[in-house]
Amino acid sequence: MRQQKTKIGLAGQPNSGKSTLFNALTGARQHVANYPGVTVEKKIGWYAGNGENVEVVDLPGTYSLTSYSPEEQVARDFILREDPSVVINVMDASNLKRCLFLTFQLMEMQAPVVLALNMIDLAEKRGISIDTQKLSGLLGISVVATNMKTGRGKKELLDTISALADTSGSSGGIGLDYGEMEPFLRDIESRVLAETPQLPAAYPLRWLAVKLMEGDSEVIRLVASVHPSPEDFTADIERLRADFESRFDEMPEIHIANRRYQEADRIARSCMSPGQARRLSWSDRIDKVVCHRLMGPVVLVAVIWLLYYLSIVQGYNVTNYTWPILAKIRSWVEVLLPGAGFIEIPVMRAFGLWFVDSINALLNYIPIFFILFALIAILEDSGYMPRMAFIMDRLFSRYGLHGQSTLPMVLGGIYVGGCAVPGVMACKAIPDERSRLATILVIPLLNCLAKVPLYVLLINIYFASHKAWAMFFISTISLLLVLPISKILTLTVLKKRPTSPFVMEMPPYHVPTVRGVLTRAVERVWLFVRKITTIVAAVAVVVFILMRFPGISEERMAHYQEEKHKAVSSFIQDIEDTDYADAIDPDNIMDFVRYWSGYKNARLGAGGGDAAKAVNERFREKDPELYEIVTRQGKDGMIAYRAARSLERSRKQLLMDMKNEQIHNSFLGWAGKSLEPVTRYAGFNWRVNVALLSALAAKESSVATLGALYESDERGESLEKRMASKETGFTPLHGLSLMLFMVLYPPCLAAAIAVKIQAGGTRWMLFSIGYSMVLALGVAVAVFSGGRALGFSGFQAMWIFYGLALTLTVVMGLVRNRPDFDVI
Amino acid sequence: MAIFGKDWKMTLDQLKPGDEAYVEKLCSRDRLGRRLMDMGVYPGLRIRVIRNAPLEDPMEVELDGYYISLRHEEARAVEIACK
Repeated sequence: MRQQKTKIGLAGQPNSGKSTLFNALTGARQHVANYPGVTVEKKIGWYAGNGENVEVVDLPGTYSLTSYSPEEQVARDFILREDPSVVINVMDASNLKRCLFLTFQLMEMQAPVVLALNMIDLAEKRGISIDTQKLSGLLGISVVATNMKTGRGKKELLDTISALADTSGSSGGIGLDYGEMEPFLRDIESRVLAETPQLPAAYPLRWLAVKLMEGDSEVIRLVASVHPSPEDFTADIERLRADFESRFDEMPEIHIANRRYQEADRIARSCMSPGQARRLSWSDRIDKVVCHRLMGPVVLVAVIWLLYYLSIVQGYNVTNYTWPILAKIRSWVEVLLPGAGFIEIPVMRAFGLWFVDSINALLNYIPIFFILFALIAILEDSGYMPRMAFIMDRLFSRYGLHGQSTLPMVLGGIYVGGCAVPGVMACKAIPDERSRLATILVIPLLNCLAKVPLYVLLINIYFASHKAWAMFFISTISLLLVLPISKILTLTVLKKRPTSPFVMEMPPYHVPTVRGVLTRAVERVWLFVRKITTIVAAVAVVVFILMRFPGISEERMAHYQEEKHKAVSSFIQDIEDTDYADAIDPDNIMDFVRYWSGYKNARLGAGGGDAAKAVNERFREKDPELYEIVTRQGKDGMIAYRAARSLERSRKQLLMDMKNEQIHNSFLGWAGKSLEPVTRYAGFNWRVNVALLSALAAKESSVATLGALYESDERGESLEKRMASKETGFTPLHGLSLMLFMVLYPPCLAAAIAVKIQAGGTRWMLFSIGYSMVLALGVAVAVFSGGRALGFSGFQAMWIFYGLALTLTVVMGLVRNRPDFDVI
Repeated sequence: MAIFGKDWKMTLDQLKPGDEAYVEKLCSRDRLGRRLMDMGVYPGLRIRVIRNAPLEDPMEVELDGYYISLRHEEARAVEIACK
């Protein structure tokens, strides 16, 4: 078992090189989880120090430790409640003053702090030198200068940690003098000590007093929960705060922050020299282009294009190499499963293959995700993300979104071809809760890769003469729907959700490290596989049942048995006069069918040349007589071969008819039919309904199911032709309605799970599915029934709808969203 | 708000790229003031406007060697004094 004596926490402000230090300390021994109840990631790692296992928890990067954001709360709770042996305060050495703001708060919490002056080399390059001895003396805590990219200071840091862990006490550290506020703090301290004596045993008294003076709602609640008369106490605190403000004309929380900065300034000045802490000039130079009025948007578009191109286009090419691996796994499973009869497919076999196919469909995306996640890690580490938000914020904030919604939207498929899963996952970074939820809810409406096959199918059938226009329509319409919808959501459902001010650091650019990027990409792909795949697997079982049962009735089964006998006996008749009449036993016809398809598959896999010869040899040895049939030897061989081909065709047709009937008689088919009275106003019949219902699990299923429903015996006919010939009543208006339904269609399962994870609740997942379902049906009905009533053609209706969506987008952009924080 | 005399308040959002000023006061009681404080905006600090975003909003400012961006809406909470 793992023995854990020492637990240390890493605290620091964003962009202080905290993750680099975390990686340098723990290496590959890491684990990512979520803090319970919130969507904040918890990273834990281990290293061996002093012969024991040291646990390192990487706390979220925060500028401060209030209770305003879940990140800050998580970090604060860890320090107060989990009693870490050491807290390493990682700071950017070039920004000493601002970083000390956090250090003071850590010291006030009586955390055993060690200061890691990180990225010291960068600071030195800028001509900043810091007297660590003096700094340590002034603060009363250990200070180590480090640079984790080169390993500088790592040993010293480890030694300091283990020394401090051994003493297992508070680091001491100086207390901050809050000037005029001191009498108020002393007053509160003595009251807390007298009225709630149990609290100071668990929390530092001084910290409680400062937080109460600051008006920290969590701490007020904490004290009130154990106080004999909580209302009086809360009122007294408010009175003290108001009293302070009227006497010194300064809000208590601002006074506290001010004192911290003044002290930080004093300390920084006295141990830093000469210290003109300017940003690297090349970072400025890059920004001159990247944030430029004209060049900025151009660079942004180029970056997005490159992201698309490398992950979606090139990633898709990579799947050509990885798919065979998945196909091989499928064939291994196939061997293990019970064999198929002539028309009897054992449930276990059907289920096993369905299950593997469902999982494979998802695993097939891994190369795309890996490239995508690696590229995002590069964007994050380089510092481009805040610039992206800077450029796009004005546009998105008009629609209740946020500058930082840009990346999720790009991933989700802002033009055509994205994936809602990474899109929704990327919403984590949006600091504003209202915008974050709005983004999470609209991402599934963008054009993900899996929706495209249905668009292409429908455009080819119903808009064949205007392909380019129809493609343009479908690529851009989703954005024109997403923007007003998100605005409407923020004005209604999300109205009460808190917003955050947009105040964002623009850190200097960094060159990302290969290791950092790869680690993050692997980590996120793994997270995706673990979280999504298990759920998809569970749902695959449910959908399988829905699509298969109750299934074909016994009478119908008898009918198919009869058909089978007809086919087999006609085959036997055909070969009666040949030399092979005795070679095939009609009661064991499957032996022949298996040999036949086995040979065909083996030849297909072998290609040509020696490999093909080896296959021939193998099959000849197995059964010389059957071998002559499959290789069409002699006149009799040719006759038998033709008979076998027609037998194979009959079998395929029978299997297809049975599958069709199975779906028709399944729960899903029943659902499709019972929805018809409603969906016919949108132009959907039961077949379309079934296809759309099956797409709930994964969007690609819609086309696959249609393929199964419109199967025909004529070989080589495309699905376009088959669908067109079977649905003779369908017009382009039907096609348009179906396409728009698909745009607004509820998120697929994987995306729904992602929504649940990121929005932090099943409630949001259900809402996300529900509202898009209603919206999709509403739009489809309006377009189909409206278009039909007014006598529009599909193409006319398309552009009228486009015009309406564009108008709505413009109008919604003009409605103002009020921020819910005040300026006095 | 009177335009003349002492009541005239100059706020950060009124500055143009290249302008410099000192932070006089933070005028927000809630999360906004808190956030500005946490990001290192406090009275007495010298602040310089670097640029506006391509669509005018938000703006980027330099304070004490590092850079933050904020919307004009939020910059209205930062009262400034020109030097």
